[in-house]
Amino acid sequence: MNILVCAKQVPNTNEVKIDPVKGTLIRDGVESILNPDDANALEAALKIKDSFENVTVTVLSMGPPQADVMLRECLAMGADEAILLSDRAFGGADTWATSNTISAAIKHAGNFDIIFAGRQAIDGDTAQVGPQIAEKLGIPQVTYVEHIEIDGDVITVHRQLENGYEEIEVKTPVLLTAVKELNSPRYMNVKGIYDAYSKTVPVWGVEDLPIDRETIGLKASPTKVFRSFTPDPKGKGMMLEGTLKEKVGALMDNLKLKHII
Amino acid sequence: MFEEKHELLRKLAREFAATEIAPLAQEIDQSGEYPEELRRKIIACKFNCITIPEAYGGCGGDTRSNAIVTEEIGKVCASSVSQIMPNSLSGAPLMMFGNEEQKQKYLRGMAEGTMIGSFGITEPGAGSDTASITTTAEKDGDYYILNGRKCFITNGPVCDFITVFAKTDTKARGVSGISAFIVESGWEGFSKGKHENKLGICGSATCDIVFENVRVPKENLLGREGQGFKICMATLDSGRITVASQGLGIAQGALEEAIKFTKERVQFGRPISKFQNTQFEIADMATKVQCGRLLVYDAALKKDQGKPYSKEAAMAKYYCGELCNEIAYRSLQLHGGYGFMKDYPIERMYRDARIVSIYEGTSEIQKIVIAGQIFGK
Amino acid sequence: MGNINDYKDVWVYAEQRQGIITSVVFELLGEGRKIANETNSKLCAFLIGDHVDSLAKELIENGAQKVYIAQSPLLEKYTTDGYTKALADAINQYKPEIVLYGATHIGRDLAPRVAARVNTGLTADCTKLEIDPEEKKLMQTRPAFGGNLMATIICPNHRPQMSTVRPGVMDKAVRNPDNQGEIIKVALQLDASDIKTTVTKIVKHKKAMVSLTDAEYIISGGKGLGSPDGFKMLHELADVLDGTVGASRAAVDAGWIDHMNQVGQTGTTVKPKIYFACGISGAIQHLAGMSESDIIIAINKNPMAPIFEVADYGIVGDLNEVVPMLIETFKEYKAEKALA
Repeated sequence: MNILVCAKQVPNTNEVKIDPVKGTLIRDGVESILNPDDANALEAALKIKDSFENVTVTVLSMGPPQADVMLRECLAMGADEAILLSDRAFGGADTWATSNTISAAIKHAGNFDIIFAGRQAIDGDTAQVGPQIAEKLGIPQVTYVEHIEIDGDVITVHRQLENGYEEIEVKTPVLLTAVKELNSPRYMNVKGIYDAYSKTVPVWGVEDLPIDRETIGLKASPTKVFRSFTPDPKGKGMMLEGTLKEKVGALMDNLKLKHII
Repeated sequence: MFEEKHELLRKLAREFAATEIAPLAQEIDQSGEYPEELRRKIIACKFNCITIPEAYGGCGGDTRSNAIVTEEIGKVCASSVSQIMPNSLSGAPLMMFGNEEQKQKYLRGMAEGTMIGSFGITEPGAGSDTASITTTAEKDGDYYILNGRKCFITNGPVCDFITVFAKTDTKARGVSGISAFIVESGWEGFSKGKHENKLGICGSATCDIVFENVRVPKENLLGREGQGFKICMATLDSGRITVASQGLGIAQGALEEAIKFTKERVQFGRPISKFQNTQFEIADMATKVQCGRLLVYDAALKKDQGKPYSKEAAMAKYYCGELCNEIAYRSLQLHGGYGFMKDYPIERMYRDARIVSIYEGTSEIQKIVIAGQIFGK
Repeated sequence: MGNINDYKDVWVYAEQRQGIITSVVFELLGEGRKIANETNSKLCAFLIGDHVDSLAKELIENGAQKVYIAQSPLLEKYTTDGYTKALADAINQYKPEIVLYGATHIGRDLAPRVAARVNTGLTADCTKLEIDPEEKKLMQTRPAFGGNLMATIICPNHRPQMSTVRPGVMDKAVRNPDNQGEIIKVALQLDASDIKTTVTKIVKHKKAMVSLTDAEYIISGGKGLGSPDGFKMLHELADVLDGTVGASRAAVDAGWIDHMNQVGQTGTTVKPKIYFACGISGAIQHLAGMSESDIIIAINKNPMAPIFEVADYGIVGDLNEVVPMLIETFKEYKAEKALA
């Protein structure tokens, strides 16, 4: 069985802070990590590799050259191979253009029975690339996968809903997006790290892919960022005044106004 | 100084230590027991067999790798460093002097996590004065009969085997009559004393080991008869960098706790990190920790490059053994009253630091080694 | 895709599950009405399913001037393949200028697939939608970087402009039972072989007790509760909000609640949407565990309690009066939301 995992290197947005004076993101010192949902996706692939014979796991990532470190991490966790898609021509892409690039690379890399992706990346937060890759490859998708069972070429998954789940059967080839409830990603191990650095991670640029340049990168992206800004700073807290009823009323009004509830 | 693989290894060790070990550090210290589940996780990451060659189930890694992992683990829990002892104290004698059968059995056992090893030189009457050990191993046909007592043995209570140093030739002068043996804890006559009640590294189990007519098969002689002292010194020499790393880890951990606390603690209307005394203290502490760091990794690099490293290793051990005590003291002082409470990690780090300038060769012994290197023997 | 100018009208994907319209749809209709007004176009709803005719009326009452219905037994349960085909084919046929979806688990599965199929742009999880007065383009604002950054996105050259919209943010439509609307049955070209997945079971469950680290709402109690009984009302408030109960160290040490509920230096560190600190003084060790909460609401009878320094909202009062009132008020609010 050939499994492909799509992974993205992202800044650890849980650590990102906002400069209170400039209103800009402070990215210095924020480390780059393997996107958490993608770690779940990789773990799912590795679990299948642990359970069945003849399974290869390939990790693919579109990113800047430094994403190589993240791919080494994936190899150190147990992936067999890794490929980095890196080229300025790919840059600035929205999800439509990104999925064009990645699906072209997947077609170029071989035939895969299962393609795993994380549900969403913690920087873009769109959850769009996975489904759009599936569409470009013409294969079925199941998103929000929180449980997987494999029996031959029939895959049974639980698709997470807001208040429960659906049990879904699908045949390979299929694209599945993983949520954090799917599993607990394993740590790398020392031997895995040494082996990861003895492998070659090929870097594919636009010249290496059979792809129409008109469909990739910033220029081809249907959506564009008009502007970005930081949300208003918190400001000092407020002591609520008046009778008890008035205090609670004011609290509710504030929470509703700010769409907190 | 470091390659990319070292950086990724540090990332793994740091994350693992912060996520898996740190939350349990206080519990480990107070109960004196090491959680089996955590022990298994450490083995799953292969931290326990970094330097053991691949041929014996290990990772075949280098000194820098071991120093990095030791530092990162030591930073959150000094006691946990005993869990990766096969890389140094319990594994080195076998790696350097073991024959193929011995390595396949004992090194592989430790690498795969089925065996816990320990190192037995110290006796009630023989600490720094290693040559004055009185444990004997008398040849009897295909066996040696082992009698004696070793004390302060790390992992003693849980060990499956111990590398013991005993006199095979009581008439020989000085250290030449000492031999090394691999002795299994299940053999008749082998008994473990009570857990020692220590000031620090309470999560690292320590006890006496008593040998009463233990029959050691001749296959378990390590190296040659009379080679024991050399084996002991070579092991301690190579282990120095590891202990130095532990000291460095404790120092780094104590420093980080001080930085964190002083940013939060408000007195006289502002965080105490704003006061010049705090800033000067931290600046000085950080500079010293950086010195320790460079000593450790320079010694490790030299060893990895096959260059002579004994002097540098002794310097690193001497410096970091004293360093972690100093930094822990100063960090605790910056914590004020809170630092004296067991709720705050610095209290434990302060106690854990105390042993580093003592075991695996006291600071005084290190100075003898350094002077010996400088002045020649 | 033909000429951009051929695209007209605002469509709302009227998500329904087992015959019940998802509540976010009414928010989309509310917002969609404003957008339709500003673009001088019609507000339409797109309904997919089987035996869903009866839902059209509800959509019309909430402002849909047209309701397109894609109906087939094959579409009874949501499947990506079935619903994508129905919607994408209809988009190609009817050419809406804007399509809005709720950013639900279904919306986030369907919308990207549709966007890829019709080759247009999609903006995820929008919290604000506006029409630029000059070029009448849709300005879609949404959080990124884990909420640390807001981005306003446009889709200048592709149609339709599509957004998934975060539930619970936009204002609901104003319902008018006298509204009239057109119902259009969409011609479907759907075959069983188009649908590659089979839904074998749908399981609903009440969420198990959420852990402190995952909780969105934490109701935490301290020594100020006065006695272990105080936690009973905190549990009640937690139930109403689907939240979790936390505690300060003082309450845990007093034996009032288990250590696993402890928040702080020697307990758990939390980052919920709302942290209620009830009868908690705000000692530094406690703050260390919760100061990153999005919103902190402090209730304490001591106006000088340090907790008020970090709270977003502070109520000085008797917990035994304030908490029950909060429970009542939140219960009422929930009931209102469910009915609307």
